[in-house]
Amino acid sequence: MRWGVVTFPGSLDDHDALYAIDHVLGSPAVSLWHKDRDLHGVDCVVLPGGFSYGDYLRCGALARFSPVMDSVASFARAGGLVLGICNGFQVLCEAGLLPGVLIRNRGLSFICAPVHVRVDNSSTPFTNAYKPGEILTLPIKHGEGCYVADEVTLRDLEEHGQVVLRYVDASGRVSEAANPNGSLHNVAGICNRARNVFGLMPHPEYVVEKLLGGDDGLRIFRSVVAANAAGRTEAVASVAPGH
Amino acid sequence: MLAKVYVTLKPGVLDPAGKAIEHSLHALGFAEVEGVRLGKYLEVRLEGQARKAAEQRVDEMCRKLLANGVIEDYRFELHE
Repeated sequence: MRWGVVTFPGSLDDHDALYAIDHVLGSPAVSLWHKDRDLHGVDCVVLPGGFSYGDYLRCGALARFSPVMDSVASFARAGGLVLGICNGFQVLCEAGLLPGVLIRNRGLSFICAPVHVRVDNSSTPFTNAYKPGEILTLPIKHGEGCYVADEVTLRDLEEHGQVVLRYVDASGRVSEAANPNGSLHNVAGICNRARNVFGLMPHPEYVVEKLLGGDDGLRIFRSVVAANAAGRTEAVASVAPGH
Repeated sequence: MLAKVYVTLKPGVLDPAGKAIEHSLHALGFAEVEGVRLGKYLEVRLEGQARKAAEQRVDEMCRKLLANGVIEDYRFELHE
């Protein structure tokens, strides 16, 4: 399979995502320039972390209108796999490909620290390599990671198993102390109803080598490779080439 | 034409920045302050056009980009 990692003006973690996928996992990955509408036949699009467009107006608000996002939206609607990490998650919410929005951290501080998250849905193309309820240690580095949505949306997300990752303490308990940014329901990552679009605030691409502190994040990428191999591409195959 | 756009947080949306400002005002001695909500003000200069059309266009700008409907409300004034 092939991966595409988008670079917007201000994206920071695009190269780290490429490194994790191409170098560590050994899965071919290419860079996708934000002005290029061609997705070059990739099977999974990654929207990376960073400060696209300087976070001007709102995080991800301007990036969502980059030319490449028209193609990403079509690709997602046709069932293509899209992974949004941190700023990428913000872009997905602004683009309406995921519900809700990420706002300023409750404590107002930018937080750069490892957190514990629990895999609350291991039946997605992005988490099938984890055990249900598995607790991971992933770093967060964000100032606007507080997930909010109205009550109806939150209830919907919970009912349909769309909360994929949740902030927990070391023993797996959901608590306010374990919540670094005030996210409602301790949401760290969600997917859409069809499970092909996944956004998360923590950075799995930084935790892919035991030598550098841990590899809990690697299995998100491994999951995608497995899902792709298992034939998830039947939905994407129906999309016209050059989408 | 000039559109003055006000983007404000919907009631009930967490506003830690507003809270921080409230605390600072209290620290400065303004004990009467009971709450602060922080919003955005934008000035959008437009080529002149019929007022009705301009209102529709600015409304569309707000809905599409300037305000995030999940957490923000907007209103605007048009000045010739």
